[in-house]
This record gives sequence, C-alpha cells and structure tokens, in this order.
Amino acid sequence: MDPKASLPEPGAAREPPPAPAGPLSWIRRSLFSSVPSALATLLLAAALFRALPAAVGWLFTGAVWAPDYEACRRLEYRAACWGFVAEKHRLVLFGRYPWAEQWRPLVATLLVVAALAASAHPRCWRRWLLPAWAGVLAAFFLLVRGGALGLSYVEPGLWGGLPLTVLLTLVGVSASIPLGVVLALGRRSRLPVARGAAALYIEMARGVPLITVLFVASFLFPLLLPQGLRLDVLARVAIGITLFQAAYMAEVVRGGLQGLPKGQTEAAASLGLGWWQTQRRVVLPQALVLVIPSFVNSLLSTFMDTSLVTVVSMYDLTGALRLALGDPQWRNFFIEGYLFVGAVYFVCCLAMSRYSHWLERRLGRWARRPEASAA
Amino acid sequence: MALLGGLALAGALLWRNTRQNLAARQIRSGFGFLGQTAGFDIGEGLVPYAPTDTYLLAFAAGVANTLRVAVVGIVLATVLGTLVGLGRLSRNALVRWLCTGYVEVLRNVPLIIQLFAWYLVATEILPEAASPIELAPHVYLSKGGLQFPHPVWARGWAWALAAVPPGLAAAWALVRWARARRGRTGHGPRLGWAAVLLAFAFPLAGWLAGGAPRAFELPEVTRFNVSGGVSLTPEFLALLVGLVTFTAAFIAEIVRSGVLAVPHGQAEAAAALGLAPRQAMRLVILPQALRVIVPPLTSQFLNLTKNSSLAVAIGYPDVVSIANTAINQNGQALECIVVIMSVYLTINLVTALGMGWYNRRVALVEG
Repeated sequence: MDPKASLPEPGAAREPPPAPAGPLSWIRRSLFSSVPSALATLLLAAALFRALPAAVGWLFTGAVWAPDYEACRRLEYRAACWGFVAEKHRLVLFGRYPWAEQWRPLVATLLVVAALAASAHPRCWRRWLLPAWAGVLAAFFLLVRGGALGLSYVEPGLWGGLPLTVLLTLVGVSASIPLGVVLALGRRSRLPVARGAAALYIEMARGVPLITVLFVASFLFPLLLPQGLRLDVLARVAIGITLFQAAYMAEVVRGGLQGLPKGQTEAAASLGLGWWQTQRRVVLPQALVLVIPSFVNSLLSTFMDTSLVTVVSMYDLTGALRLALGDPQWRNFFIEGYLFVGAVYFVCCLAMSRYSHWLERRLGRWARRPEASAA
Repeated sequence: MALLGGLALAGALLWRNTRQNLAARQIRSGFGFLGQTAGFDIGEGLVPYAPTDTYLLAFAAGVANTLRVAVVGIVLATVLGTLVGLGRLSRNALVRWLCTGYVEVLRNVPLIIQLFAWYLVATEILPEAASPIELAPHVYLSKGGLQFPHPVWARGWAWALAAVPPGLAAAWALVRWARARRGRTGHGPRLGWAAVLLAFAFPLAGWLAGGAPRAFELPEVTRFNVSGGVSLTPEFLALLVGLVTFTAAFIAEIVRSGVLAVPHGQAEAAAALGLAPRQAMRLVILPQALRVIVPPLTSQFLNLTKNSSLAVAIGYPDVVSIANTAINQNGQALECIVVIMSVYLTINLVTALGMGWYNRRVALVEG
C-alpha cells in the first residue's frame, strides 16, 4: 500500500483570525469596551458636544479681531475680544522698549530662535557651535542694547517682553552649565572641604523657592557688593537665576557622571592621565553628551521660571502683559491677554519638551549600543 | 587648604561689605526686631494675630498660612493627579485624550500665569458677594470667596474627635489580627471593610454619647455679602486651585510612569493566578508601582510647598509675603531672608527624614 495514501493531504494553512481593524472595531475596543467605559464615553461626549461649540463660538466665530474698543464693549463678554491683543501685542511682546526701535529686539529674538533651530540636530554638534553661540549672544546684546554701529543706546531698565524672557533664559542656562559642572565635580571630589561646600550649596539652593533667590538678588546683592560698585536690577536678577539654576545643573551633570562606567576613569588612570586631564579629556565629554536631553529640560524649566521676575518688578513677557492690562480701558479683557501669553509659553515649551523626548530616544539608541554588544 | 582659605576670604569680604553698607544706610542688624511690634495687618490665618503683635508672631502666622495651603494642596493634588494619571492609562480613548491634554497644557504654562488667571477669575468673573452661586445647600461661591457651614462646637464633637485615635488603633489591631491569622492558617476573613467601619464607628459613638449635636453655623446671604460659616478668601482659593491643578499634572505623569514601570509579566501572572483586574491592581501592580512613585512624588510635594511662595504675587499672606512686607517696612532684608530660607529648609529636612523612613520600609528586601 502506498504509505502516502493513508496520510491525509495537508490542507492549506488557515489564515490567522482577522486582526480587529477598521473604525467600527476601534470604536468598540476603545470607547465601549465595558459598561463603565461606555458610560464614561457617553457622559464625556455629551459634555464635549455642549462645550465645544460654545468654546469655538467664544474663541473664534463670535470674536472681535479688530482693535476696536467699542465693538469689544458691545460683546459684553459673550465672545472673545482679540482686539486687546491686536491693540497691545507690541506692548506685551516688547514691554517698554522704545516703540520705533522694537525691530531690534525682534531681530535679536529671531536670531536666537534660528540659532536654537540650527543647533537642534545632533549633526550640528561640532566644535564651532560654542563660538557661534557666543557670537549670537554678542549680537543679541549689541542689537538690544545699542550704543554702537549707529544704533541708539537703550538702557536695560526699558528691556522687556519676550526678548527679556529669552535673554534671562539664555544667560541663566549658559552661565549655569559651567558653574554646575564645577559644583558636580566638587560634590564628587576627594577633598572633604570641596565636597562639603558643594553639597551644602546645592542642597540649600534646591531647598528654597526661586522667589527667595530673587529677593536675595534684589534686596541683598546691593548690600554684599563693595560700596561704590552698583549693578542694575537686570544683572542682579540674571546672576540670581544663574546661581539658582546652577544647583539643578549640578545634579543633572552628577547624573551624567554617575552614568559613566567606572572603567573609563580606570582606563584614563592606567594611561597616566592626572585628575584634571581625566575629567577634561575623558569623563566630561562623555558625561555631558549623556545628559543633553536633561539640559533641554533645564532650558525649558528656566524659560518657565523667568516668569517669576515679574514679582521683583521686571517686565518680562508676564510682567509686560500685566503692564498692558494696567490700561483701565482694556483691563476687563484679561482672559484674552492671559490666553495669548499662555499660548506663547505653551508653544515654546511644548516644542522644547517634544524635542527633548526625541533627543532622548535618539541618544539613548546611541548610548545603549556599546552596552548591548558587551552583554 | 587653598580652597578653604579662598572660601573663608570670600566670606570675610562679603561680611565686611555688608557691614559697611548697612552702616552707610543706617539699617540696624540682628534679630532683635522680631520682638518689636509689626504694625501691619494680615488678611487671614489660623494664628490669632493683630497689627499690635510682634514680628515673630507675624512670621508664625505666615508659616501657618504656608503650611495650611501646602497641606490641603498636597492632599487634593495627589487625588487629582492619581485620577488623571490612571486616566492616561485608561482603555477608553476619550478619557485618555482628555487626561493627556490636561497634562500637556497645565505643565507647559508657567505657574505664575495660571495663578494670576485664577486670581482674576476669583475676583472678576465670579458674581458679587451679595448674589453668590450656591454650589450645594448653604455652600456659597462669590467674589467674597467660598463660604460653607461648620458645626457649632459642642461636647459631642469633642467626644467624637477624642474617639478618632482609639478608632484608628482598633482598626489597625483588627487588620493585624486578620493578617496574622491568615498567615497562620492560610485562610481567614477579609476584614478590610470591617476595619474601615470600625474606624468610623468609634467617633460616631463618641458623637452619639456626647448628645449628638446637630447645630451647624450656616452662612447667610445678606444684602451685601455672605456672613457666618467657614469663609475661604479668594486669594486662598486662587492659590489652592492653581497649585493643585498645576502639581496634579506632574503627579499624573509620575503615577503613569510608575504603573508602566511594573513589568507586564506581573499583570499577566496575576491574571494567570485568577486575580480580577481590580485585585491585580491592588495587590500586585500598585505595591510595586509605589516603590517607583513615592520618591518623585515627595519631591512634587516639596515643589508644591515651595511654589506656594508665589502667593506673594496674588496677595495671600504666606511666609514670603509677610517677609516681603517686613523688608519694606524696616529694611532688614538679610534677617528676613534668613527667616524664609530656614523655614523652607526645615520643611525640606523634615520631609527628607520622613522619606528616608518610608523608603527603608518599602525598599526591596533581597536575599
């Protein structure tokens, strides 16, 4: 007998059960998977159907867009009056900076944004980036301060709005990185005095709110300086933010230092490098690259924190909005004002946090590779 | 050695400068001013204070106000944050999107802007105090703040309050006994609900034994405002709501990442053992997630406490506002700033000690 005949013919392989696909199945799975879920969906959908048209009507369709006070008043708050923003946007964005010269802070801010965008991609992280940023900062100061190249001098007390926020953020972050590196190295140093001093400074700065540091900057710095030497309030606040941020930077850098395998320092030691050489040539270059995403997060939190300077009477973006709302005619349209400034912050911060996530994944891939091959 | 010398030299220089400057501006120094009459008024607080009292008492009132908003804020932010964080993990897409939107918006707008906005809502948009919104019977919300009834102090309430500790102790003892018995015999009654009931039964019994007082002091709407009952000022409300909604966004992220940090196999193993999803959450996932959640959660609690210092921007009399007023009055900035910093550093230290104790309790015991 043919042995083959007794065996059943192998049938064609069956298809796997169809994966749930299509909008209907998605709706069933993610909106009506169970009774509570379905109830929540119905309740939320009902609330949204009521709230969304009202919100759209208030924000857009019914709103007054022209800087027309009478039209806004006739609305009686039934819809948004973007006329406030149309009327005051230059005051909100540039503070008390002289009206005719406001193109200067605008160009300076755009320059910084362009520089940020240009240095966002890891491909651009080259040696020339540092001098390039120094040039950008110098150009920013030159444009905003003036007093050279035919630009009229504008005193720092008049700087305000978004450029001031950008300036404080940039100075705060760029000056606090070197300080943070020193503090982080100090905290891991073998010298007990350096270790103690660094730890004390870091813990104290992290333990108090930023506002007390701003108080120190505005009330105490004048007392600490030698007589005759005076700093304007902008410089004092910038120093205060830097000193505060340095403690957080130190912890970020410490994270990077701890993330480095011990073999690196041992290899450096076996090559005969001294402590300074080891740190400068081996440890720091790797540790700092490791924590670049955290630096972006620090940039973000400093950007948000600078809004506190309005408490010590500076007119950054938040302070300038309050200045604009000081106009008795428009002060009732504060919701529109806060929505506008909130949206500016939101867009900037969301961009930065998304970028930091993207960078983390990308660098994570790069940093994990050697580990994976070793395992 | 050189480092030590450098630090000492810098300190000495700063000290000399300060002495010279203080002398030149004729500002007194030292903490003697704490015993003097403050002279300014404080809008609200738990500490009885009048303008004729000393600076020391004014600072105490400020610290009490800071702690009041911080403690209430921490409790509410934890509840809201946990709900939003679990909502981001929900299987329901609508819930998930709403919670994600909440977190992204609240996290990416500076707190001070949110506080200003809440304060303006509380003082501009809410109805006048003479025609408040009645949120619930006898709970009124208006430009005058939030008013709600409070029980008139009577013997029954004292007894109820006194019965709380024994009630908690009895519940704890019951749970311990049940757990020990389950450990010994392998099965035993689940007494969780009984313990909760017990914890409530003791104060209830005390209240009944004290004569079951039912008198409440109700807020009354008069022609001009709402009077009586407990009154929360618009400043307190704006600060509380701002801090809670802002911090909840961060807590939500912590809760979400904590739950995600528990390996998926744990949930699958729990399901394989026949645990219902809710049991798996309570008995398997949550205890492991808490280990990841608690340390960053504590730092969020500290952040909330530190952020409450933004009260100065909207006029809630916390310790920083009081110090600000004091500096403007007597110019003794150094001393006032030392006071604020030591208050916050003390709060930090106490929290850190508590955290260390908790961490040792929940840490993985290996080996």
